[in-house]
Amino acid sequence: MDRKIRVLVAKPGLDGHDRGAKVVARAMRDAGMEVIYTGLRQTPEQIVQAAVQEDVDVLAMSILSGAHNHLFPRVMELLADKGASDVLVVGGGVIPEDDIPFLESKGIAAVFGPGTPTSATIEFIKANVKRR
Amino acid sequence: MPAKALPSALEAAASILRGDERALARLITGLEDGDPAAAGTLRALRGGSAAVGQLTAQVVGVTGPPGSGKSTLVDKLISAYRAKGLRVGVLAVDPSSPFSGGAILGDRIRMQRAEAGPGGGLDPGVFIRSLASRGRLGGLSRATAQSARALEAAGYGVVIVETVGIGQSEIDIARLADTVVLVSMPGSGDDIQVIKAGVMEIGDVFVVNKADREGSDRVVREIRAMLETGATLRQDLALRQGGAAELQPVLKTVAETGEGLPELVLALDARWAKLNASGELASRRARGAAAEARSLLAERALAELALLEPGLEEGLAMEIVRGEREVAEAAEILFSAIRK
Ligand SMILES: Nc1nc2c(ncn2[C@@H]2O[C@H](COP(=O)(O)OP(=O)(O)OP(=O)(O)O)[C@@H](O)[C@H]2O)c(=O)[nH]1
Ligand SMILES: [Mg+2]
Repeated sequence: MDRKIRVLVAKPGLDGHDRGAKVVARAMRDAGMEVIYTGLRQTPEQIVQAAVQEDVDVLAMSILSGAHNHLFPRVMELLADKGASDVLVVGGGVIPEDDIPFLESKGIAAVFGPGTPTSATIEFIKANVKRR
Repeated sequence: MPAKALPSALEAAASILRGDERALARLITGLEDGDPAAAGTLRALRGGSAAVGQLTAQVVGVTGPPGSGKSTLVDKLISAYRAKGLRVGVLAVDPSSPFSGGAILGDRIRMQRAEAGPGGGLDPGVFIRSLASRGRLGGLSRATAQSARALEAAGYGVVIVETVGIGQSEIDIARLADTVVLVSMPGSGDDIQVIKAGVMEIGDVFVVNKADREGSDRVVREIRAMLETGATLRQDLALRQGGAAELQPVLKTVAETGEGLPELVLALDARWAKLNASGELASRRARGAAAEARSLLAERALAELALLEPGLEEGLAMEIVRGEREVAEAAEILFSAIRK
C-alpha cells in the first residue's frame, strides 16, 4: 500500500494574506505530503467540510487576525460533530503565548509561532500523525 | 478480492448509501492507497446502489492547459447542476511532484462559491475531492476511475473530473469520462499549441474560456477548422453526405462571470441524451473499463518483476548493452519468470 500524509492548509477568518501558509504548504509538499490548499477567508464550516471530504490526516490552520480563541475551538467542535476528532490539528500565525494553553485544552495539538522553521512543523506532524 | 462481501465492507457501503461523507471519503482514500478492503467496499457499495435503483451518473471530464480556467468552470457547472436538483461529485486531479512524491492540490480553492449553498450554509449535495496523480507520469491516479464509480454509486448524478492536460492524462480522461470537455483559452501567441494535435480526438465538447479576452473568436475558428480537417481525413461519410454526424460543439465561455455556461450545459445534456439513446454509453464504458483493467494488469506485472530474483533485470540489460542478447529475448525471459 501507498499511504501518504494528507494535510489541509486553511486560513480561517478575515486575514489579509496567506504568504506564510503558502510557504508551509510548499515545504510540506517537499516533505512528500499531499497538501490541499484552500485559500483565504474560510469559515469553520467550510474547513471542516473540506477536512472530511478530503479525508486528511492533518489540519493546519493559520490565523493572523487575532480571532484564534474563537475560531480554533469552533473548528474542533465541528470536527467532533462529524466524528473526525482523530484529525491532528495544528495552529500557526500570530498567537500570544498566553493563549496557547487554552487552545491546547481545546484539542489543538501544537501552536507554532511566526519564527518557527517549517522543518519543525513537519517533524511534529510526522511524529504525531495518527496512522490508520 | 473477496467474492463475498465482508461485514465491514457491507457496513461501510451502508453508511455511504445513508449519506455518510466521511465513510465515502475513507473509501476513496483506501482506493488511492490500493487497500484491498476498499475494493471490497466498492463492490458492496455498487451492489447496494443497484439494489436501490440508483441512476447512472453522467461522468464529465474537464481537461486543458494549466490556468485555462477549468476549476472556475467546474465551479459554475456545479451550481448549474445543483439548480437542476442533481447532486454533484467532483474529483480534481493534480500531478504529484516527481522529486518528493508530495503534491499541492489547489483546485478546490476555486470551487468554493458553489460549495456554499443558498442561505450561507454549506450545500450537502456537493462532494469535492482532490487527488494527486501519485507517480503515474502526467496521468490520472490509479484510483480516479474507481473513485468516480464510488461517487456514482453514492448517488451523485453528475461526476466531474478535472485534470491538467499534460502527458498521459488525456488518454486516461477519455477512458474514464462519458464526455470530455476540452478547455482552451486565447492568448499566448501560438494558439494551435493550446490544443495539441492528437488531443483533439478526445474532445466531445470544446470550450474556449476567457472569451472576455481578445482573440477568442480566432481560437474558435482554429478549433473548428481542425475539427473539419479531422472529419474530412477520417472520410466521415455521414458528415460528407450532410447526414446525421455533426462536428463537436465549440463554445465560448467566461467562467468568471458564468457567461456561456447555459449553452455548455445544454451541449452536455444533448450529448448525454445521445449517449444513452444510442447505446454508445455502455460500449464506451466497457472499452474504458477494459483499458483500465489492462493498465492494472501492467502495474501488477511490473510489481511482480520487482519481486523476482534481484539482478535478473539488470543482468539482462547489461547483456543487451554488451551485444550478447536482443531486447525481445530479454523480455521473453522476464515474462517467463513472472509466469512461474
Ligand atoms: N479573464 C478571465 N479569467 C478567468 C476566466 N476563468 C478563469 N479565469 C482566471 O484564470 C485563472 C486560472 O483559473 P483556474 O480556474 O484556476 O484555472 P485551471 O485551469 O483550473 O488551472 P489549473 O488547475 O492550475 O490548471 C484564475 O485567476 C481565474 O480567476 C475567464 O473566463 N476570464
Ligand atoms: Mg484547476
